[in-house]
Amino acid sequence: MISFLRRYQGWFAVGAYLFLAAGLYTGLVSSPADYYQGEVVRIMYVHVPFAYNAMLAYTIFFGGSVWYLWKKDPVIDNVCQASAAVCLFFTAIALVTGSLWAKPTWNTWWTWDPRLVSFAMLLLILSGYFTLRAFLEDDEKAAVYGAVLGVIGFVDLPIIHFSVEWWRTLHQPLSFSTRGVSMAPGMLIPLILMSVGTSLLLTYVIMSRTQVVYLRHLLEAKQGRLLGATKL
Amino acid sequence: MQQRNIWMALSVAVIAGSLGYLAVGKFGENLVYFVTPSEVAALSPDQYGKKMRLAGLVVKESLHVVSNSTKVTFALTDGAKTIPVVFEGIPPDLFKEGQGAVVEGRLEADQTFYSTMIMAKHSEDYMPIEMKRAGLELPKKDFFKTLQME
Repeated sequence: MISFLRRYQGWFAVGAYLFLAAGLYTGLVSSPADYYQGEVVRIMYVHVPFAYNAMLAYTIFFGGSVWYLWKKDPVIDNVCQASAAVCLFFTAIALVTGSLWAKPTWNTWWTWDPRLVSFAMLLLILSGYFTLRAFLEDDEKAAVYGAVLGVIGFVDLPIIHFSVEWWRTLHQPLSFSTRGVSMAPGMLIPLILMSVGTSLLLTYVIMSRTQVVYLRHLLEAKQGRLLGATKL
Repeated sequence: MQQRNIWMALSVAVIAGSLGYLAVGKFGENLVYFVTPSEVAALSPDQYGKKMRLAGLVVKESLHVVSNSTKVTFALTDGAKTIPVVFEGIPPDLFKEGQGAVVEGRLEADQTFYSTMIMAKHSEDYMPIEMKRAGLELPKKDFFKTLQME
């Protein structure tokens, strides 16, 4: 698995560069301004891809957690740690860009709207995960507790997605739903390019981060053996 | 080891506490993030002066600037009831007639809503101005439906 990651990760990095470059150009330069929001709408091309890819990263983390609890494969735990780290990072980006978009459009940096609160909860779930991992010394125990948290935290995802449809929110409803696509083609293109680019970036970073986590565990295990040997 | 356990307990308590605060406190109390003009119209006198958020569509031709003051008056509607609003301050750029708005403030005995904070509620459709001028409409949730819960 680790050698597979090392061999193929480069393709995802190249793909991410190409899609993000095209997405940034179309999003920031060649796409039209919005009839209502004006130029500020361009923040969407960063905010939406990072928000939904944070949820994709969590889905990978969730899948990995279920798999780990079932098979107890340490490499899968490495994938869990990597995808949770990427999810934490993407969630933070989505919250910051959301805040930057909210001030000029809504007239506030933050409000206790169900969409915003449920998304902020994702950040706390992941902070809890890394706190747990940092403090539990027994590696297997930390992996199991972390995976259980990863599975429980998954309930937040449908709540985040449907919050804007189920409850009253300041946040606008879904632009892609059973109602249809509420976006002009000229704005849909940069959004798709950025979304694909961010997904490729996510895959690349998870692949490379998994190897880092794997090697660190290997190093710790070897150090442990060496220290054990010197004691004898 | 002892100290490590204390730090761990403390960190877990802080995170679990914040999560609980968001989930039960903030999420729970904001499940009804705002009230509608119909709900405000039905408020009993003991609710007057209580801080709340009101959302609705800014009624066309209802927006007026009160001369020699920083006050702005307008009306918010949900299609059924309309509530007059007096706002003191600078309204945000995207606050316009025929668009959605969420206002924070209080209903007083004169059946008027007094506010010092306006948030503009924009819709989920995105298109260039040329398309809008050409009269094109994209599918979107009916504004009055966004004021209700499913």
